[in-house]
Amino acid sequence: MENRPLEYDYTIAKMFMFTTIVLGIVGMLIGVILAFQLAFPGVNLILGEGLAEYTNFSRLRPLHTDAVIFGFTLSGVFATWYYVGQRVLKVSMAESKLLMVLGKAHFWLYLVVVASVVVSLLAGVTTSKEYAEFEWPIDIAVVVVWVIFGMSIFGLIGIRREKSLYISVWYYIATFLGIAMLYLFNNMEIPTMFATSAAGESGIGSWYHSVSMYSGTNDALVQWWYGHNAVAFGFTVPIVAMIYYFLPKESGQAIYSYKLSLLSFWGLMFVYLWAGGHHLLYSTVPDWMQTMGSIFSIILILPSWGSAINMLLTMKGEWQQVAASPLIKFMILASTFYMFSTLEGPIQAIKSVNAIAHFTDWIVGHVHDGVLGWVGFMIMASLYHMAPRVFKREIYSKSLMATQFWIQTLGVVLYFTSMWIAGITQGMMWRAHDEFGNLAYSFIDTVTVLHPYYAIRGVGGLLYLVGFLMFAYNIYKTMSAREVENHELQNASPMGA
Amino acid sequence: MFHWLEKHPFFFAVGVFLVISFAGLIEILPSFAQASRPVIGTAPYSTLELAGRHVYIKNSCNACHSQLVRPFKSETDRYGHYSLSGEYAYDRPFLWGSKRTGPDLMRVGNYRTTDWHENHMKDPASVVPGSIMPAYRWMFTKKADIDTAFAEQLTVANYFSVPYNQPVPMKDGSTAVVKLGNSVAEANTIALEEAKVIAADMKDQDVKDAVARGEIPEIVALIAYLNSLK
Repeated sequence: MENRPLEYDYTIAKMFMFTTIVLGIVGMLIGVILAFQLAFPGVNLILGEGLAEYTNFSRLRPLHTDAVIFGFTLSGVFATWYYVGQRVLKVSMAESKLLMVLGKAHFWLYLVVVASVVVSLLAGVTTSKEYAEFEWPIDIAVVVVWVIFGMSIFGLIGIRREKSLYISVWYYIATFLGIAMLYLFNNMEIPTMFATSAAGESGIGSWYHSVSMYSGTNDALVQWWYGHNAVAFGFTVPIVAMIYYFLPKESGQAIYSYKLSLLSFWGLMFVYLWAGGHHLLYSTVPDWMQTMGSIFSIILILPSWGSAINMLLTMKGEWQQVAASPLIKFMILASTFYMFSTLEGPIQAIKSVNAIAHFTDWIVGHVHDGVLGWVGFMIMASLYHMAPRVFKREIYSKSLMATQFWIQTLGVVLYFTSMWIAGITQGMMWRAHDEFGNLAYSFIDTVTVLHPYYAIRGVGGLLYLVGFLMFAYNIYKTMSAREVENHELQNASPMGA
Repeated sequence: MFHWLEKHPFFFAVGVFLVISFAGLIEILPSFAQASRPVIGTAPYSTLELAGRHVYIKNSCNACHSQLVRPFKSETDRYGHYSLSGEYAYDRPFLWGSKRTGPDLMRVGNYRTTDWHENHMKDPASVVPGSIMPAYRWMFTKKADIDTAFAEQLTVANYFSVPYNQPVPMKDGSTAVVKLGNSVAEANTIALEEAKVIAADMKDQDVKDAVARGEIPEIVALIAYLNSLK
């Protein structure tokens, strides 16, 4: 029996940490540009009239959502998997040549996909389905990357020493399976290049174009079954995996309740998939599906809060750490935003509330308190925890981290408060009638009234981006600092003053 | 059971998959066939309209405009009759959108004209003061992709039996036939005939000249599509 501790191999984790940061900056920067375009339409011409096609709001918008979801967040998920996976399974990547090759193939193919997505979306090559905009050649590449990710997960599990799968691994497995199922079914499409005309011509038109296998209402139903659950398995499930690992590690506290984690996991798996219908309330999908979507969205509070409460109770008796450690601050605020966002979502899924909220900025606000407050904070916290262990160097600056925390928190608060007001204002104005029963406002009235809120939102987003740049700088200085750590760190990350 | 599952990753994964998959089966499958039947008055897109729909998608118009009128008085007052499932039977993909930064366009063909769209796409704020919509001037010079629209028509006619070259019942009891070309050349001719009708109502001389030369700028296709939304 060997006595020395395992040496984990973080090569792949480091690569994905790099893309997390770079794509985070890209996605958030585009987000800030979009925000200011809505407040000040002149920003649509930010690179001049000649490039207007590529810088206007509508062309950039899918690039923003995809860069944040599939760039920043997924990279974060991959980076943490290649770190957490080895440690909870007690096996090193270096023990298997195959796993190393798969890991590297995973990274480089992922980069190829990212590059082709950027080019295609800028060129306007899109299927229009939200978060599934990619045309079929890219879809096939995405599936290949995903299969490699799956082989990485199950390969590492296959050679594990720790027989019981830790809670985080459950969530990573679910992420893999959930996205695989959703992505495949939502992107069922027929390339049009195979069509033959009556005159016998084939290969007509552009080779990358395709047409959806589903039409109208069915397409909407499949799309929002996907869209809602891409949020589930991209923004919730893997981020819960992170907090289940990093919070106990950083705080030195054991998870509060195993039973609660069981209930939350299986509950989340079962309930989440039903809730997609809440994107389609008052649409033409059958009424019973809308009601199911509404009801299950409310039930979804239980497993969501189960995880969040489990996290908060993990800190029981150790709350002084929240004041002392900026890293714990990030994680506690993340789980608080998780609770907040998973309460707000179900409220918006109530039919009468949705009648006002749907199509307005309140939905945008909801997405962003979840993504900025929960996903963003948790991924940054994870990378902050990983950095000293991966680079064997002390975190460059604790005070910079604390400053970043407060700047970003302010940014998130400005973001969602302004979007609440904007959304509810617009929703109420759309439905307002005067005393004669005529519509009280023309549509443009409900747009111009939003200007101040759009401006505030832009500032909020900008603050968050500034904080993210501070994060990138802090990590960069950490990895380029002289070597200081020569022992395996246990709990709290070391922090320079 | 859970302890056992946590030591057996394969069965754990099977368990997760079963739990996450049946919501989709129960919600999506039962009404699948019913939900895709067209209502009377809904006709397939012509080649030019479909090319315009591609322009709409290319520029993510759906990022800011919905195509779904909900059954509320405030919406039917503003946009017209609430949406019916069968009206979307030929929409692949659906374009309901999720955000109304601008107004709904489900029935925009009922209350906007070619002339209005032309001015609006060139300079939105000159038509709607205070508008935050960007201008789409490149659509006046870039050419619409008629060939791809034709390929899509062939595909949907083949795989989904979309009724091209067949009488389709209209609301007034008459029937309409949407033509599908026999060849790429014929499809382009059909699209050009339609484009000439649109261009006749437009003022932009470059667009008129282009159509006279047999070319179809994106804006012409887009307006054909927007006019078809009723």
